[in-house]
Amino acid sequence: MTSDIAAFLTIDGIATGAIYVLIALGIVLIFTVTRVIFVPFGDIAAFTALSLAALEMKQLPGTVGLVAVLAVLATLVETASLLRTGKARQVPRALLFYLVLPMIPVALVWIAAGGDIPLPLRIILALALILPIAPLLDRLVFRPIADGTVLLLLTVSVALHFALVGLGLLFFGPEGVRTEALTDAVWIVGGIPIAGQSILIVVAAIVFSGLLFAFFGFTLAGKSLHATAVNRTGARLMGIRPERTGTIAYLLGSLLAGVSGILIAPVNTMFYDSGFLLGLKAFVGAIIGGLVSFPVTAIGSLCVGILESFAAFQSSAFKEVIVFSILIPVLLWRSYTSAHREEDIDE
Amino acid sequence: MSPRITQLAIAVAVLLLATAPLYVAPFTVTLLDYIGIYALVALGIVLLTGIGGMVSFGQSAFMGVAAYSTAWATALMGFSPWLGLLLALVLTGALAAVLGAVTLRLNGHFLSLSTIAWGLAIYFTFGNVEGLGNFNGITNVPPITIGATPLLGSDQIYFLIWGILLVALLLAHNLLGSRIGRAMRSLRGGKAMVESLGVDAFRVKLVTFVIAALLATLAGWLYAHMSRFVSPAPFDVTKGIEFLMMAMVGGSGHLLGAVVGAALITVLKNAVQDYLPLIAPASAGQLEIVAFSLLFILFLQYARDGIVPFVAGLLPEPKRRLPETAEPLARRAQPARGTPLLSAEACTRRFGGLIAVNDVSFELKSGEILGLIGPNGAGKSTMFNLLTGALPVSEGRITFAGADITRTAQRRIARAGIARTFQHVKLRPKMSLIDNVLLGTHTRTHSGFLSGALRLDRAEERRARHEALVQLRRVGLGDQPYELAGNLPLGNQRILEIARALAADPILLVLDEPAAGLRRQEKLALAELLRALRTEGLTILIVEHDMEFVMNLVDRIVVMEFGSKLVQGDPASVRADARVQEAYLGGVA
Repeated sequence: MTSDIAAFLTIDGIATGAIYVLIALGIVLIFTVTRVIFVPFGDIAAFTALSLAALEMKQLPGTVGLVAVLAVLATLVETASLLRTGKARQVPRALLFYLVLPMIPVALVWIAAGGDIPLPLRIILALALILPIAPLLDRLVFRPIADGTVLLLLTVSVALHFALVGLGLLFFGPEGVRTEALTDAVWIVGGIPIAGQSILIVVAAIVFSGLLFAFFGFTLAGKSLHATAVNRTGARLMGIRPERTGTIAYLLGSLLAGVSGILIAPVNTMFYDSGFLLGLKAFVGAIIGGLVSFPVTAIGSLCVGILESFAAFQSSAFKEVIVFSILIPVLLWRSYTSAHREEDIDE
Repeated sequence: MSPRITQLAIAVAVLLLATAPLYVAPFTVTLLDYIGIYALVALGIVLLTGIGGMVSFGQSAFMGVAAYSTAWATALMGFSPWLGLLLALVLTGALAAVLGAVTLRLNGHFLSLSTIAWGLAIYFTFGNVEGLGNFNGITNVPPITIGATPLLGSDQIYFLIWGILLVALLLAHNLLGSRIGRAMRSLRGGKAMVESLGVDAFRVKLVTFVIAALLATLAGWLYAHMSRFVSPAPFDVTKGIEFLMMAMVGGSGHLLGAVVGAALITVLKNAVQDYLPLIAPASAGQLEIVAFSLLFILFLQYARDGIVPFVAGLLPEPKRRLPETAEPLARRAQPARGTPLLSAEACTRRFGGLIAVNDVSFELKSGEILGLIGPNGAGKSTMFNLLTGALPVSEGRITFAGADITRTAQRRIARAGIARTFQHVKLRPKMSLIDNVLLGTHTRTHSGFLSGALRLDRAEERRARHEALVQLRRVGLGDQPYELAGNLPLGNQRILEIARALAADPILLVLDEPAAGLRRQEKLALAELLRALRTEGLTILIVEHDMEFVMNLVDRIVVMEFGSKLVQGDPASVRADARVQEAYLGGVA
């Protein structure tokens, strides 16, 4: 391998890694706030890419049906539980949040799909369409067992991923898609070509990570999220509602996953089930960060991307095997560095 | 329900199973073959998840490694299937040991997440290795032969499958009733308590993990030689969650849950495969996954315990006999009264910038009761955790019975003869009183995994059970040894912890607020018990807030305030000390 190839692979890897960074940050965010290890984030990213592709091909994205079904189900469940607990006065509010709000992007896409929509608007529509999915799933799937153990929540989360993959095939069909490039620009730096798309991905990752940081540091909602992550009971005593912070976390996480889906769609062909591998590689990054640290997660995800890029060059058949195998040294390292701390917090 | 009825039910079930191929249709026998194989995997998950509290999505990968090992050895290399089995057991066992060693020290969800990752990694490996037929797999796997008879038909291999399953169930049942089985059951709910009893939690977890993998190995071996063909598809992660679903739907806390769950899911899946195409011809395969995933989610939301515990709850309580009298377990020699037993020298413990224990020294002599008192937040419980090895000291030195235990692991300190109770009671609420106390005897007994599974531990077990009952009676809880510990009021749970500590035959008993939540009469009885223990030569270190209780009981007192030692001395002089009065009552104006 020459140094040119190595440089090229590194740049390619950083671009891939930046995609994982976005998803992994969402995973860590949701985990710290709700204790749910949200496996389906990769699917959210894949569904965004598929929605964008459908809009590009002047078709109605399958996401429309998915969101509509979820919104109706969530509304029914929420209304039933409100009526059962004698809180009938809150029903209109529930209708607004669980039915009307998610249906707005659905209606917009319904009207706009099939026409000529400029690219920026397509991206906004695809993102708006994807945002309600995770909060609705949270209401339907995780809220009834919010006090369960992390392992129970994880088991449910894995089952949910498989349900979503199945639904993905129903709503999107088996064809792979690739959207039109966001930019065709290519720069040659020191003899190495750098695609504009790669730059865009990295810039987007930096911007959105920065936004997340600013949100935590400078807004009340962000601080309440941080508080819930540190101590749920304590946050509750301060008047923060964990359900609400959970919804905000899911929205933010979905936004990050959606952006990553949009960025990856022109580079990789996306299928209804591409999300699993995407999500799992982000998980490797999140595990490097111990599912708690945002900066280490970001660095870890970048490393996963670079490793994948080199692995693909050496042996494309085994690139997945190589990427998942680095979990072993990572976990070994974590189990020795964090052994004492785990003991303190056990039980 | 008497033991006789249970035995009769088991006999009838085994008889029905043994004669099944005679009266059921061949298709049903095939179905039963699959159920038996899946139940083996699910049994491993029951031990791992239901008993040990670890969740694995990767059991199908272990099954796959086994199936590929034996297929490679037999179809490609021409060895006997029995050699294939040996290879499969060795390979899978080694793989599980390595993966377990890496993940089992971490919190549970790291293990579970990594099971998904290695499940995928193994799947891709199978699919991409030329020598293993890539994604097409290996064909022409020979059947298993017993003697000269090849097990070709599904009604022939049936006996092998269910024979192995029944033996595995029996061994697992024996194991759970043994010393190591109790340690396995106590893993759920954190390791602070387990380690304080001298149990090597990591080792128990690791062996449980390997056992689960070996059960999946047996399943994979049978699967390969029954279907005579292996490919990566039956061993992917979807299958892994299906096995988890079987165990949990059946009831992951029960061995039989594995069989019931495997049967239910397999039959259900079969029915769904028959009927879904009628509803949705084009997308039946995907709808199947959606339907099963949604069913599993609903199940986890509303009926987490599973079928077998539900049915077992409807049956009448089994009548159990009290443990019979047996020779007592060997006791430790107590050190001579008045010799120095434990000394803390300049111990300091910091949590970040907070100094919880600051430069505290004191000594404990054999045969005395020492009270450690102080206002809330004085650092008493932290001091206890330092002495028992639950927390490492930041600086200082602790010696016990002449040995330096400053950096010794908690479980080794427990083995050396320090038994403790906890300020926040740590019991296993779903285990009976006697099982909780039996956990205390862990350091005094020696049976391992094998002797437990093969019932070679019965003599020792009888002695341990007798000992546990003696200790329960001694603290006044001997009436209902099979009551669940979680049903006791809080005060009695503290007393149960003392019985558990006594069952360890300690040299030093460390009690953290034992009288909290007790009524006056119970406190008097507890004081009486502790005095009797002192007479027997036991040394006791006690933290307590009830001053009347402490002053009438202890020989000496150490007072702590803000992490430092304030005063030490006999009760009367401590009571008269102005600094102590100021700490407790505020300054005298």
